[in-house]
Amino acid sequence: MRFPRAKPASPATRALQVVPPSGPTAWLATFTAGAMTFLCVFALALSLASGRLADRWSEALARTATIRLSAPAEQMEIQTAAILSVLATTPGIASYRALDEAETRALLEPWFGPGLPVEALPIPRLIEVVEGDPGYDSQGLRQRLAAEAPGALLDDHTRWRRPLAEAAERLRILGVLSIALIGAAMAAMITLAARAALATNAEVIRVLRLVGARDSYIARAFVRRFTLRTLAGSAVGTAAGMAGVAALPAADAAGGFLTGLGFTGAGWLWPLVLPLLAALVAFLATRRAAFQKLRELT
Amino acid sequence: MIAFENVAYSYGGGDLLSDVTLRLAPGSFHFLTGPSGAGKSTFLKLAYAELLPTAGRVTLFDRDVTTLSRDDVARTRRRIGIVHQDCKFLDHLSVAANMALPFTVSDRESDPQDLDELLAWVGLRHLADALPPQLSGGERQRAALARAVIVDPDVILADEPTGNVDWEMSLRILTLLVELNKMGKTIVVATHDLNLIRQAKAQVQARVLRIAKHRVQLAGADL
Ligand SMILES: Nc1ncnc2c1ncn2[C@@H]1O[C@H](COP(=O)(O)OP(=O)(O)O)[C@@H](O)[C@H]1O
Ligand SMILES: [Mg+2]
Repeated sequence: MRFPRAKPASPATRALQVVPPSGPTAWLATFTAGAMTFLCVFALALSLASGRLADRWSEALARTATIRLSAPAEQMEIQTAAILSVLATTPGIASYRALDEAETRALLEPWFGPGLPVEALPIPRLIEVVEGDPGYDSQGLRQRLAAEAPGALLDDHTRWRRPLAEAAERLRILGVLSIALIGAAMAAMITLAARAALATNAEVIRVLRLVGARDSYIARAFVRRFTLRTLAGSAVGTAAGMAGVAALPAADAAGGFLTGLGFTGAGWLWPLVLPLLAALVAFLATRRAAFQKLRELT
Repeated sequence: MIAFENVAYSYGGGDLLSDVTLRLAPGSFHFLTGPSGAGKSTFLKLAYAELLPTAGRVTLFDRDVTTLSRDDVARTRRRIGIVHQDCKFLDHLSVAANMALPFTVSDRESDPQDLDELLAWVGLRHLADALPPQLSGGERQRAALARAVIVDPDVILADEPTGNVDWEMSLRILTLLVELNKMGKTIVVATHDLNLIRQAKAQVQARVLRIAKHRVQLAGADL
């Protein structure tokens, strides 16, 4: 008898399933990974869409408020001075400025055409106010203006956008949080599935240790299996999710929120990252579970 | 190669083995005997680092087992062929694949012709593609022996290799072990079959270690 000579393993030997196939329960992990990734696609669409919305609305917030003064000609200068002094003593205002005639004319031109005799018309005086951070108390400012300059009217029409922008921002955070939670739940699910598989195959692991397998070899067998299963499941889940998002009605020009839910342009690449991310989560979770379990055995 | 110095082992109750001091010289052939439950399997498990001594020192290839990392243990086992008492196999893989397992787990594979030759040596060539549950007791023992020796180990530890087989098959397995010893392998065979030991003594210079009263002692010429 001669002892067999060894050579590096062929791909077939490397791919040998030293851990027996686990039957129908294996599909549960694949299915769960698919379902979770499907949900993840929507959470991603939600956070991308609300992100776009929040950006649009916050941009509007940066604009200025306007004080419009309509008063009899002789009152004009007095009340303007009163307004400016009120503004000077109001906290939360970054800057303010009374528009001169040329600017006012430029603003009105689109409505009345060029050559408007501003002086001859009872055109209101406009004062631009840039809000500071933190902002001013608009209710208080209105009251003071009413007292000091009865002809003044504060128009902070951008203010209604703030709660909307905030809501959109919250929605984006919720979306991101959902993705993180789904990822964590997937890690937990795969850890449980891997632990169950390791426990079921304790005898197999013992045999492998007996013939001189290192932990990394044994772990590899489980890690490969769970990573591939998760990758397959979440690829299907992503495809289904993307198809679902694509089937939503197209965003209209007004960019309403519900119709704006979806991916735009390069945003379509984001969901494609999900299966890879899921596979990475599976890889790390299984590896951790495997090494933990293996340390309990000799 | 394998040395025990004042080794004791306990599963939790009193000491099952105590004050064991011995050295297995390269190329030696030892029988380990004693009644069932005396601690033969335990002794062998200490010798391949499945168990760590509760006192004293076990040295494998000049290294204290308590200093070995898990990977070191795995590497050490590639130099020790183990025929486990109940010949554990991977039941979903063929006999040939099971025999090649020690290579497979170190990302190697054997020359197919050599593997065939090894199968022929243990008389299992016709069962290469069979699954382990289909084998008889004697066939399982020989498959386990083939798996233990495939990597050309320095030491072969066999735990009751003739446990569930008839006399004729026992002799056949013994012959294989003696052949391995003649190739220079260090052999330890745990058995309570005294007839087997007598038979072996005719073929090879074997020493007998007897476990009695928790001690492992070298038995005299008488059995
Ligand atoms: N894992 C274990 N835990 C507790 N007791 C054990 C364990 N393994 C073996 N024993 C006990 O140790 C004693 C010796 O066992 P063993 O070494 O298998 O003996 P032998 O191989 O000589 O029959 C027996 O009484 C057995 O019940
Ligand atoms: Mg035993």
